[in-house]
Amino acid sequence: MKRLLLVFILVPCVAAAEDARPLADNPQVEVRLKALAIELRCLVCQNQTLADSNAPLAEDLRREVREMIAKNMSDQEIIDFLVARYGDFVRYRPPLKATTTLLWLGPFLLLVVGATTLVLALRRRQKKLADVSLSEEEHKRVEQLLSEGTKRP
Amino acid sequence: MKRFLLPLAVFVVLVGFLGLGLKLNPREVPSPLIGRPTPDFSLPQLHDPQKVFSPKDITGKVWLLNVWASWCGGCKEEHPALMQLAKSAEVPIYGLDYKDRREEALAWLRRMGNPYPITAVDESGRVGIDYGVYGVPETYVIDKSGVIRYKQIGPLDEETIRGKILPLVRELQNK
Repeated sequence: MKRLLLVFILVPCVAAAEDARPLADNPQVEVRLKALAIELRCLVCQNQTLADSNAPLAEDLRREVREMIAKNMSDQEIIDFLVARYGDFVRYRPPLKATTTLLWLGPFLLLVVGATTLVLALRRRQKKLADVSLSEEEHKRVEQLLSEGTKRP
Repeated sequence: MKRFLLPLAVFVVLVGFLGLGLKLNPREVPSPLIGRPTPDFSLPQLHDPQKVFSPKDITGKVWLLNVWASWCGGCKEEHPALMQLAKSAEVPIYGLDYKDRREEALAWLRRMGNPYPITAVDESGRVGIDYGVYGVPETYVIDKSGVIRYKQIGPLDEETIRGKILPLVRELQNK
């Protein structure tokens, strides 16, 4: 039954790939809607933006946003309106908050850890290489082997 | 052997997180409406379009708002559980018929049984947006002062009702 539910959820994303309907008469509204819609997530097809999704809810939300633009609300006010209803999840770029610090700083943290590990590993290796000392006899043997190597075709 | 310990530890931690991630449901987005008053609306009733329903009409009791539609598969799945809950008369369940056709909704209730004393009709889905609805069925637990206390996303089953909904309802009723 769960799988069936998933199908129901996914179907509206795949189906209805019809031509985009002419949305509104005002091209300026459309430009703003487009800019906003790529910052917002469609809650039904969670990996699509509001601009990409053909789910009925995305259509409704685009209509809602269009009306808010027509009412001269600022982008921030429109985003706040949606966040108040659907939470931060509607934003494609999560805000920097106490709960999202790891999300924002994690990659840099990993970079620092990686760089430190690399530097330490390289230093350790260098020390190991420097520590190797050869006796007189070994030196001679090395030279002999190297000269033999160059003679070969 | 010692140099394998660190990669092994990293691997174990990674598997732990991935395992945890498998159990999480990405569709359950925490609602910012929990702890907030119910968004107000005034919508025509399903059985009597002349009358309107508003959450303000219900004061001083704990109630559930169940968002459903005749086209929704999950609603069919949860319906028996709702019927049983309605029969127990522990808590009233009000319906919000979301983006549906009136005749189809009425036929659906005739066929499946009607657990709702009143169903409001949200034809445009606009009230749904105010409630942050994105996947029917959804169910809200609302307390005596009209504050949303819990939101269930997806179908209710007997286990959820017994384990989560009813304990919360009883707790809120005794307040």
